[in-house]
Amino acid sequence: MAIVALSGASQRRSRVAPLDIVLRYGTTATAATTAAIVFLVAAFLVVYAYPALAFNGFGILTHLEWNLGNQYGTGVERHGGFSGAPGASFGAIVFIVGTVVSSAFAMAIATPLAILVAIAMHYQVPRRLKTPVNTLVELMAGVPSVVYGLWGIGVLVPWIANSLGPFFAAHVPMLSFIGSGAASGNGLLATAFILAVMIFPIMAATMRDVLSTFPKIVFEGAIGLGATPWQAVTTMVLPAIRTQMFAAAMLALGRAVGETMAVLMVCGSALNQLPQSVFAPINTIAAVIVSQLDSALTDPTGMAERSLAELALILFAITLSVNLIARLIMRGGDRVKRTV
Amino acid sequence: MNEVAMSGSPVQASATRSMTRGSVLVTVRRNIGWVVSAAALCSALAILLAIFWFVLARGLPALKPQLFTTVTSGIAGGLENAILGTLMLVIFAVALVALIGFGTGIWLSSYASPKPRAFVRLLTDVLAGVPSVVVGYFGYILLVKIAGWQFSLAGGGIALMIIMLPYVVRGTDLALEAVPRELREGGFALGATYTTVLMTVSWPYALPGIFTMLLLATGIALGETAPLIYTAGWSNYLPSLHLTHSPVPYLTYVIWTFISQPFAESHALAFAAAALLMMMIVVTNVFARSWLENMARKQRGER
Repeated sequence: MAIVALSGASQRRSRVAPLDIVLRYGTTATAATTAAIVFLVAAFLVVYAYPALAFNGFGILTHLEWNLGNQYGTGVERHGGFSGAPGASFGAIVFIVGTVVSSAFAMAIATPLAILVAIAMHYQVPRRLKTPVNTLVELMAGVPSVVYGLWGIGVLVPWIANSLGPFFAAHVPMLSFIGSGAASGNGLLATAFILAVMIFPIMAATMRDVLSTFPKIVFEGAIGLGATPWQAVTTMVLPAIRTQMFAAAMLALGRAVGETMAVLMVCGSALNQLPQSVFAPINTIAAVIVSQLDSALTDPTGMAERSLAELALILFAITLSVNLIARLIMRGGDRVKRTV
Repeated sequence: MNEVAMSGSPVQASATRSMTRGSVLVTVRRNIGWVVSAAALCSALAILLAIFWFVLARGLPALKPQLFTTVTSGIAGGLENAILGTLMLVIFAVALVALIGFGTGIWLSSYASPKPRAFVRLLTDVLAGVPSVVVGYFGYILLVKIAGWQFSLAGGGIALMIIMLPYVVRGTDLALEAVPRELREGGFALGATYTTVLMTVSWPYALPGIFTMLLLATGIALGETAPLIYTAGWSNYLPSLHLTHSPVPYLTYVIWTFISQPFAESHALAFAAAALLMMMIVVTNVFARSWLENMARKQRGER
């Protein structure tokens, strides 16, 4: 009976109720919708960005300048069979560099912190405080991006402009390559800080989950062999779960790369210049898609809007590969765990 | 060293052991890692509380009753239109995501054969990783431009729905998968059909988990900005009930744009909106989590 019932298929043959048909086909339709949405997102980005892909060619990866061209002149410039305003040049190198550098900085700050916090959450927080602490950390991951941006504008940026920048300028002259000072506070450092604050809760929560599902016997075994608890964690537990920890970091990296509003509010929205110091203004792919919308809509050829779609497509491709790599690693990690 | 002493059995034991040996240096060397990790946790919580304090200390005083009854006007005014707009967008998105997300989750856990199931689960994970600004641009292309809806409730609501979808699908799927086999077999033993067991045994059992995830996703949708800029637009007027061709104001837009205006009234409005939003999100999150805890405890007790 159990086998017949659980399989479902043979049940359907023996007793077909109308509700059964409705549910079966109705839920199949919704699942098809979910699957279709993912493909539609990719397909419409490609179709809409196609004129820009043809117009810009590889130039979008090599050109520094993001220039809509002369909006008031007559005539058009044609590349690859599509036309843009005269003098138009859509280069994304500033945004790509900004995205990569700010995410790398943020990861460098957030990853060690998240590992430490995950260890503290799992091993050090007393049992009765575990739920409130976990809730707080998860709540931190739920704070909206735009509120982090508000905090960035209100606290972080002034602090960099008034304290950190002048401090570096005055006391650390040998490190002048990182910048002579922060004019406005908006820029690479502010972006990296805010990204680090935003991604580390989700990273710490995932890492804590990894730690709590790891067999306790490894920790206890190490203690039994005479290791101190800290040695047990650092020499036995962490190496054993390193793939999953790496995957957790990659998932957080996917967040950092796609983060928009907070970055937009503190990055300084640089155009046409690469950052020369850690205090310099930057721009990221995600931020520029929002900040350039208004100007793009003024382009009568529509090529600026298409180029923004191309940026969205590039961002989609980057986050997709980061997330898929994380998933593959996570699955590999599961295999390792099963053999332990 | 207090953090370490708090920490319970293994660490404390080692700390006491080295104390009796009387070598402070050894104690320090053994526990320095724990001190650092505890300090990291404390500073993380401190940053969180600092952000809360920053927003609430400035936002709560600005949160006057008339904000709820007047609309924004240029750089100042109230928040009535934005509050209503946010609620309308989120309710629209929740209604849609309940239909599609629950359906997909039920299909994944109950009807799908292995290969399509793995494929749709992979796609759901992919969707969870798509940046919200990309979802916004997709909504702009398909709904605002091609479908010609312009900035609208339906456009913004569907964009928010796409953001929420992976969480709700995953939550429904996991909650239904976690229903104990014996419970379902009990239903089958009484002669119930597959669908009857799903609707009368599995679904009620899984409901707390499903609703927790739906609430958490609602919290995320409340705070989203990037997918709405391209799809919902903004207006200084109360949102109309038209699904298309009528832009919808929302709270996060107020925070984003009004903080960069050079006027104190605009800043006050941005902080008031942020405080309101934070309170809505905290209530949603805490309610979701405490509800989940209670339900889980009750279910464990019943079994």
